[in-house]
Amino acid sequence: MEFLELASLSKSFSGETVLDEVSLSVQEGGTLVLFGKSGAGKTVLLRSIAGAIEPDAGTVVIDGEDVTSVPPEYRGIGMAFQNFALFPHMTAYDNIASSLTSKRMSASEIRTKVDAVAKLLKIEHVLSHAPKALSNGQKQRTALARALVSEPRVLLLDDPLRNVDAKLRFEMRLELPRLLADRGATIIYVTQDYKEAMALGDRIAVLDQGKIVQIGSPDDIYRRPANTQIAQLFGDPTINLLDVVPKEDDRGLHAFLSDERVDFHGKFPGVAGRHCIVGLRPEALSFTETDGFPVTIEAVTPFNEKTVTLVTTLRGREILLSQPAQDPVPPGPKVNLQIAARDAILFDRETGNRIAPEPDGNRVEEAA
Amino acid sequence: MDHTSFLERWFRRAALSIIIVFFMFPIFWIVLMSFQTNETILRSPPSMSFTPTLDNYMAIIAGRLDSNVASMGIDFVNNLMNSIILSVCSVAVALILGVPAAYAFARHKFKGSEDIAFTLLSFRFAPPLLVLLPLTLYFQEIGLADTYLGLVWVYQLICLPLILWIVRGYFEDISPDIEYAYRIAGHSWFSTFRKIALPLAGPGIAAAGLLAFIFAWNNFIFALVLASADKQPVTVGALAFVTASGIQYGQIAAAIVLSIAPTLALALWAQRYLVEGLSLGAVKG
Repeated sequence: MEFLELASLSKSFSGETVLDEVSLSVQEGGTLVLFGKSGAGKTVLLRSIAGAIEPDAGTVVIDGEDVTSVPPEYRGIGMAFQNFALFPHMTAYDNIASSLTSKRMSASEIRTKVDAVAKLLKIEHVLSHAPKALSNGQKQRTALARALVSEPRVLLLDDPLRNVDAKLRFEMRLELPRLLADRGATIIYVTQDYKEAMALGDRIAVLDQGKIVQIGSPDDIYRRPANTQIAQLFGDPTINLLDVVPKEDDRGLHAFLSDERVDFHGKFPGVAGRHCIVGLRPEALSFTETDGFPVTIEAVTPFNEKTVTLVTTLRGREILLSQPAQDPVPPGPKVNLQIAARDAILFDRETGNRIAPEPDGNRVEEAA
Repeated sequence: MDHTSFLERWFRRAALSIIIVFFMFPIFWIVLMSFQTNETILRSPPSMSFTPTLDNYMAIIAGRLDSNVASMGIDFVNNLMNSIILSVCSVAVALILGVPAAYAFARHKFKGSEDIAFTLLSFRFAPPLLVLLPLTLYFQEIGLADTYLGLVWVYQLICLPLILWIVRGYFEDISPDIEYAYRIAGHSWFSTFRKIALPLAGPGIAAAGLLAFIFAWNNFIFALVLASADKQPVTVGALAFVTASGIQYGQIAAAIVLSIAPTLALALWAQRYLVEGLSLGAVKG
């Protein structure tokens, strides 16, 4: 059942459209990651759900109830802010307890709950401190505890790991999914970090200039990005985008890279002769002895777990290739490259939108 | 520390000393005068050596002004009470009206809010005499002339804009997220105002209140025109020392010392808030 539903939500500030007819829904207990660059409208969207911002048009429905004009305190929402937004004049304990003091609850009950959530987030020892005496990590955990303690039906997390250091972010990225899953809340998680998005979301909604450009599973977004922009945002190293004009003959659709024929699997009607962009994930490419197309190795960058190699085609086009660190890079400079063609993604060059293959039992869709 | 910074420090100290002497000397001299008789004050050349006397203070507290010609009654203690009543009430009313208004101007950008805020500020632009004449006529018509209520009302021209604009800047400095967070935690807007906005803007409110108090205390012209003898504050009451038989410098000095004492004490106590409040609140607007 859809627990949280947004229907054509729009908002503009002094003539500038920040949200443009945003519609999405999240299942009960599901996690939706809102992904987008800064200024895409993620925070405004989150605040509209929380009730801190009133949308110009559209509705917010939580559990079948239209809450669009319900004030924030009656929406049953927990929210963690990017800048933590802790109350500077209260101790960490009072900060967390503030989510409970509004409800009819005895002091001892509040203490039990705050202590439990503090223990979960490992901040029991700093409960008596003022926010300014806390480290960033502790602040972030306190803010999270404040959002979690009242066991809200909907949990909104506005890039909670943005302002903490890399080590802590990595720890929390591992810890958060388990922590959140235990709560059973419906979660909307805002982030700019594609790894976080991939790790946390059942589904990812990509927001750009106030519009939702794609909603799908992490796998969907990665393998079938709606346009070249999204393809570039997800993945490290970034996807290779090469201009091609595919041709069709009796052996099927193909294009030429380094004067060698590269076949596309699957039916793309009407693509032949059009100006296209082919997207090749760096890990979908591999070195080969025999067939494939010839390239020149320009640079090899070893990372711990993978090796990234920059090669150029005969015509000087640059391609990035990523392979597991244990696989050897052949001695260069002239090598051959092979494409796992089912992983090739075709985009229209003019619009940047993905061209979907026809779904009649072709291999591309099977692979998904 | 290198040589230049030593010089710099030395210059800074010298400059500060000059400024302190320039501003503090009149007050110091008045304190000295308040312990002298008219004769020792007026001798030429002036001298620092005299036998201190408490006569001036005695005369003021007793309410009897003895000159060499005649003796007349003055009501300085009553004036002091009036000053306290007027200033405290004005600041209280201005805080009760101004703080919620400042919050509204800071948080809810409604249509025309800037215009209203500016209009309130513009009360401070006009010379008080501009409004005094019509006000006097009105007040006599509706029976507000020579009442504490009427004076407190007029004093809002001084206090309200000050409090509104200083406190508004303070409210604007509070991150709206902090307030949203409290609302989302399940609290009404009013309890958010009370538990979050007010405590966080506390220093600014204190500073604005103190400043408004000092301005109200020092006001002269409103009370001079609108109040009769029994409602007059010290600023107007001090005129009584200019008598037909001469100016009673000693008593004037004693009266001044007594009348600046409350504000001075208040300012010293709240010095920290005052500096912090003005520098933080007034910049952003």
